[in-house]
Amino acid sequence: MSAVPRARGAAVVIVGGGVTGLSAGWWLARAGADVLVLERGIVGWEASGRNGGGATHVYSPLGLEEQRLWPQMDELLGYPTEYQPNRIRVALSEAQLALYRRSAEIAAERGFRTEPLDPRQLRELVPIVGDGAIGGLFMHFGGHANPQRTVQAYAWALQDHGGRILQDTTVTGFRVAGGRVTAVETSRGVYGADVVVIAAGPQTGLLAAMVGAAIPLAPARVEMIVTEPLPLMFRGGVDGNGLYGRQVLRGNLVYGGGPHEWIDVTGMAAPEQPATPLLRNLARRLAELFPGAAHLRVIRSWAGIVENTPDGMPVLDRLADPANVVVATMSSVGFGLSPAAGKAISEMVLHGRCLFADLTPLGLARLAGTPPDWRERLGWVAAPERSSAGSLAGVGREPGGR
Amino acid sequence: MRRVADPKSIADKAPRVERRVALVVVGAGVTGVAAATEAARAGVEVVLLDENPIEHDLMAMDVPYLFGGRMSPSLKNRALALQRVAERDAGLAQADETGVDVQLGVSVWGAFRNGPTVRELDGPMLGLSDGERSWLLGYDRLVVAAGARDLALGFAGWEQAGVVGAQGAWSLLSRYRALASRRMVVLGAGTLGLRTAALALEQGVEVAGIVEVAPEVPGDPAAWRALERQGVRAYPAHTVKAARGATGEVESAVLVRLDGGGRPVAGSETELACDTVCLAIGLVPNVELPGLLGCRLAFRSALGGFVPETDPWMETSVPGVFVAGDGAGLHEEMLAEPAIARDQGRLAGIAAAASLGAVPRSRAEARCADLAARRGAGPREAHGDWRRWLLSLIEAGGWDVTACRCEEVTRRELVEVQPPRYLGPRFPAMRARGLATLLADGPVDPDQVKRLTRAGMGPCQGRRCREQVALLLAHAAGIPVERIPLATYRPPVRPLPLAVLWPHDEPEEMREHWVAWFGIPTQFAAQWKSGPAEPATAPSPLAVDK
Repeated sequence: MSAVPRARGAAVVIVGGGVTGLSAGWWLARAGADVLVLERGIVGWEASGRNGGGATHVYSPLGLEEQRLWPQMDELLGYPTEYQPNRIRVALSEAQLALYRRSAEIAAERGFRTEPLDPRQLRELVPIVGDGAIGGLFMHFGGHANPQRTVQAYAWALQDHGGRILQDTTVTGFRVAGGRVTAVETSRGVYGADVVVIAAGPQTGLLAAMVGAAIPLAPARVEMIVTEPLPLMFRGGVDGNGLYGRQVLRGNLVYGGGPHEWIDVTGMAAPEQPATPLLRNLARRLAELFPGAAHLRVIRSWAGIVENTPDGMPVLDRLADPANVVVATMSSVGFGLSPAAGKAISEMVLHGRCLFADLTPLGLARLAGTPPDWRERLGWVAAPERSSAGSLAGVGREPGGR
Repeated sequence: MRRVADPKSIADKAPRVERRVALVVVGAGVTGVAAATEAARAGVEVVLLDENPIEHDLMAMDVPYLFGGRMSPSLKNRALALQRVAERDAGLAQADETGVDVQLGVSVWGAFRNGPTVRELDGPMLGLSDGERSWLLGYDRLVVAAGARDLALGFAGWEQAGVVGAQGAWSLLSRYRALASRRMVVLGAGTLGLRTAALALEQGVEVAGIVEVAPEVPGDPAAWRALERQGVRAYPAHTVKAARGATGEVESAVLVRLDGGGRPVAGSETELACDTVCLAIGLVPNVELPGLLGCRLAFRSALGGFVPETDPWMETSVPGVFVAGDGAGLHEEMLAEPAIARDQGRLAGIAAAASLGAVPRSRAEARCADLAARRGAGPREAHGDWRRWLLSLIEAGGWDVTACRCEEVTRRELVEVQPPRYLGPRFPAMRARGLATLLADGPVDPDQVKRLTRAGMGPCQGRRCREQVALLLAHAAGIPVERIPLATYRPPVRPLPLAVLWPHDEPEEMREHWVAWFGIPTQFAAQWKSGPAEPATAPSPLAVDK
């Protein structure tokens, strides 16, 4: 690796150094492919490194492979991911319990076991759960990992297999000839490519549009809070009460949930990711979930920008034209599925299709009839811009004031 | 098409402010009082907030200063603490008489405004707390006069109770009259160190010595002579090797003499009995709130590091947000001459009032002409001295000294970018990774190093390690410290309990429509079973109109 850009292309150029692109790059490099990942900032810097770390997505076509791979990831990558198996869900209302039971039914169809927990059992397993808990589930599958450590693990493992990553490199366009992308244009030169993977999170739609493909995506901001550490309770994930998240191995409680804000992401610069006062509402739900931890101090909060397709399902597909482009958006649920999603992408690149699962449900064809005003119809639109302060007739605005 | 709101989104139910005021001034020191009084005299509605008296539990976490556990137990009496804070400053009474709404014991833990990725807020606002509850206060104009905090540099044994910072010591000695110390060793013989030593003596604390890495006392000669006359001894060309103690409390400081090359001289150790070691090497402007608001910050070593860029009226790059005093950048002259900060406060106050239309421009300009805002950079750059201190501490104490106390990360683990110790040694590939391999991938970023090592992720919110981390990374990478970006600030910038942040004003619709994730029905359905174009079971808003 060198900080000096070498305008040397690769057999596979991956646009986006998030968790999906890095995993794909790692699987490809592992299979001996010549891989280059282009990242506008730092690897895993955006939503890939700021999420709940959940690894429980058995409803997905990728779900079985996700469950098979996670327990092996530390060994496969050679770097720590902090993966911990199993998950407990805590319901404070009948509606929450019904929701969790429904997900257990879906899991059962896939062959995964769930046990009901009564309030007494819940409090034995997780002492900070309070009297408000009416019941819960113990899931003998799923789990969680540390997103920040995992994205870096993918990046390092990719490099260990001879793959290259160029950070601080923004893609500005694609060169297309004869129905194929031949090169990727960037802020640091042009990189030739035999196959291109676009896995750029909220930017995936804009980038795909550059090669003529329409992928309807709506970006949104979501937030999480972090408390000071607490001695480790249950090592798997414990969540509920409308929150997702986990106690990290260090002991901090890290949880998110609640209302999102639909936004617009224009241009190729990394967006600002400010948190909002919503962190108070998150604090309230967390204190309701864990009354025994209500004294814990919140020491940090994050915001992340994620994208959704109209049906909330990923798009993993090869374009028809140009034919050598694979597009990947995980529709806001990318981290946990990343071991399997990256493997699927690598197989689509190397073999033309995913070998371990039927990904037809995640094809782009299902979205072909999406009307252009779909965001308005769903109410998934950004609010009009407001001025943050009244207009300033301030002395500081006078010409020559500086 | 009319806008239909997604009921699961924040649209129309964003958190609301309890109250909105024309001008909020944060910090009721000399600067904040001056700003608030100036604006109130012009007829502006002003709320002046100050977090003192700070909760005892926060002080115990070294928030916001390095108190080093040296608070006397009397501070647990909050009423007494409040009385001492209120009594101390005549300016507070004066502000109150001018009509300023003075609120003590109220901390500002967040600052929020609309921007490209946040549009639903009902104007700019602050998150406040009195330790019992939290609420939101809206503002039209904001003056941040948040002062400075301690520069912390580690040495062996600095995790023990009794290692305080100059601001922590000043606050306990002078604001609270509650420093639980009898005998102190002061690190740093510049203006800050000499001032701290003088204050300690004045309050009856014995000063066992003043340690300085430079070959001579760099502070004001007259101030030094006054200390010398009182029997204080300086240790120039020395650094601290360790703080010793048998029970987690400092009992002595071991000093070591430095040779001309800044290296410890073998056998030159001196052990000074003391219960407190005071880091008085430097102060760092508090830029948390400007940082949260997205004010443009620039590295200016002669002002103490990253400071907000301002125009001559102390307005930042964010319209309506002003900074003044030490929080806008400080230098040694400001330590000796409070009028500099006070005049900046007045200037910010009058400029805020003028921008609200409360003062005719001509009068504001005349008033401002009287106040030469002396924001000029200080006589010297701070980071050269800080770096010399850090290098001496590394020479004397080695690389296995803790840099981040909350997360127990040593200097070595930091620059080798090693994962936390609880993950164990089972990843041989990690040993080949380090700052050098990160540097090969791109410029070093403290936030990335934080994610990998956990340095700066603890309950003190990086107050005890930010500058050390930046200096250590710069040193290890062989680059100037200004090339290390500022690690980001995230709210809450005061660590508050879940039960305190709990919003009692939460609207019912927030509760009713709360979802863990977007609430899209097909997102967590049995996706593996859905076909390529399976029609939705419910009528979809996406069905094309006929």
